[in-house]
Amino acid sequence: MELIEAIVLAVLAASTPLLLAATGELVTERSGVLNLGVEGMMIVGAACGFGGAWLTGSIFIGALFGIVAGTLMSLVFALMALGLAVNQVATGLALTILGVGLSGLIGAGFVGERITPAMHLYIPGLTDIPLIGRVLFGEDAFVYFSLALIVGVWLFLYRTRAGLILRACGDNHVSAHALGYPVLRIRTFAVMFGGACAGLAGAYLPLAYTPFFIPGMTAGRGWIALALVVFSSWRPGRLVIGAYLFGAVTILQLHAQGWGVGIPSQFMSALPYLATVIVLVLLSRARTGGSTAPAALGTVFVPDR
Amino acid sequence: MRKSVLALAAGLLLAGSVSAASAADKLKVGFIYLGPIGDLGWTYQHDVGRQALVKELGDKIETTYLENVPEGPDAERAIEQLVRAGNKLIFTTSFGYMDPTLKVAKKYPNVHFEHSTGYKRDKNMSTYSAKWYQGRYIQGLIAAKMSKSGVLGYIGSFPIPEVVSGINATILAAQTINPNIKVKIIWANTWFDPGKEADAAKALIDQGADVIMQHTDSPAAMQIASERGKLAFGQDSEMIKFGPKTQLTSILDTWGPYYIERVKAELAGTWKSEDTWGGLDSHMFAMAPYTNMPDDVKKIAEDAQAAITSGKLHPFKCPVIGQDGKEIECKGGANLDAGQILGMNFYVKGIDDKLPGK
Repeated sequence: MELIEAIVLAVLAASTPLLLAATGELVTERSGVLNLGVEGMMIVGAACGFGGAWLTGSIFIGALFGIVAGTLMSLVFALMALGLAVNQVATGLALTILGVGLSGLIGAGFVGERITPAMHLYIPGLTDIPLIGRVLFGEDAFVYFSLALIVGVWLFLYRTRAGLILRACGDNHVSAHALGYPVLRIRTFAVMFGGACAGLAGAYLPLAYTPFFIPGMTAGRGWIALALVVFSSWRPGRLVIGAYLFGAVTILQLHAQGWGVGIPSQFMSALPYLATVIVLVLLSRARTGGSTAPAALGTVFVPDR
Repeated sequence: MRKSVLALAAGLLLAGSVSAASAADKLKVGFIYLGPIGDLGWTYQHDVGRQALVKELGDKIETTYLENVPEGPDAERAIEQLVRAGNKLIFTTSFGYMDPTLKVAKKYPNVHFEHSTGYKRDKNMSTYSAKWYQGRYIQGLIAAKMSKSGVLGYIGSFPIPEVVSGINATILAAQTINPNIKVKIIWANTWFDPGKEADAAKALIDQGADVIMQHTDSPAAMQIASERGKLAFGQDSEMIKFGPKTQLTSILDTWGPYYIERVKAELAGTWKSEDTWGGLDSHMFAMAPYTNMPDDVKKIAEDAQAAITSGKLHPFKCPVIGQDGKEIECKGGANLDAGQILGMNFYVKGIDDKLPGK
């Protein structure tokens, strides 16, 4: 029983950065913008988040630093891809390369330092409930925030007028423009939201997961978040399933190795990717029968005046 | 006015040519690094070695390094770039640079190359590596003494001979203290992913391991062990900062003396292509201070270190029994020979796990 609890706790921690980054990218892509710079925004968020927490001693301020850093990075993207209508794929890739270099520069001063990681919540009574207490009420605040955020995004996209307009920009920017909506401004906000989430996701790593900063510590999680958005067919519900499934299989394959199940470890390491792709593809085929990508995803829009 | 400007320009020209001349006199030495210098592990230690070199011979040489160079075709370009920049001795510091280094070496016979941890050599290409399994043996002794649960946790990177020989040396040592010692092995299939290394450490601890050993590069596992009140060994560099009450010792890569020796040979014109595989005796690596253990365990570790250094103790002393219970052929007389250790692809008896790919 204790082992199950330990596994679930590890899964929550491993899935949270993926869910946070993917949530932001989902909103960005729903507005019709493909930002491949998630990894770059994450790693800068990690460097600045750690720096903030290290300088001030506050995890909360660290998280804010991460959010601001991710947002600033996304503004660079917005300026190029939206303002100057540069190719989005190229700009996004460039943003990742920029982010990896920049984070090394920012982080150079505090490589090797350590901080006290984010506290785990403790609510007397609730956290003490056997088995579910620590899972539901005893993780760090980021874990619960990421879940609240995706619920909020779902409500926003499907239950508010603003969400409808954002989706309209993503599906047909010409019509949205003709109806008088400021497509580029809306997309800029969506890109900034994506940057803020990626920055927070990056900051989660040094603030709660492994409380130190090392260049390159995101180790490809931004790319996984991007893939999750595609495989979830741009739906928040499936995104949660995908992120937790990926986290769960990642942790379980490590445990399976420890138990000595005898399956080659190379295959086990590939399992999270395989399992997530298969499940999400099955899900999307069962319901809608095909992709539901925003129709204007990745296309450049220059308003005619 | 005009005259003074001219004089100034002439002066600058002169100064420029003088500094260029002195730079030309200096031997240029280049380094290719796999990770960022700030990785706190593998690349960091190579750069510590480079700095020692600069400190010792800084007036005679000039060093350049390229960090974050991926293994594979890109490496070839990076190495060639160093050659074109006038470097006469180039150290390529990761296994995956082996073929790119060889290719560039064939193209530039007048430049000398040194490749770390590989096995391909040429007239102008040396290899160098360290017998880290000696350090792993000492760690195995400490681990068996310090483990209360009798279960050790081992995080591997990739199932290559260097890592496998490390696991075997650890277990052979641990068995001399506790014949029933168990080891749980998790392959991360990466050298560097702090999050995944932390997850692997959590999984091992949750499954009952109380001493964590790693052959991956970040201090994440050390930090998790520290958080959970367990013990751990560092890797490549000093990691005690991440577990002041956790680190037992760490194998420290000390490339400095080797780099100094090779550059001195280059300066003296006596550089030859060689295969260097040094152990504790030749200071290719060192053990971090033995901490967080009682004096008797410390003494066992120190005695073993002395015995290995003097050559009295060999971690792979025959007979070595394989997992199937059969004795491994003893090619080195009293010990396994270098080829058997450098190509090790089997687990010894006592490991209840299957080597991936076997």
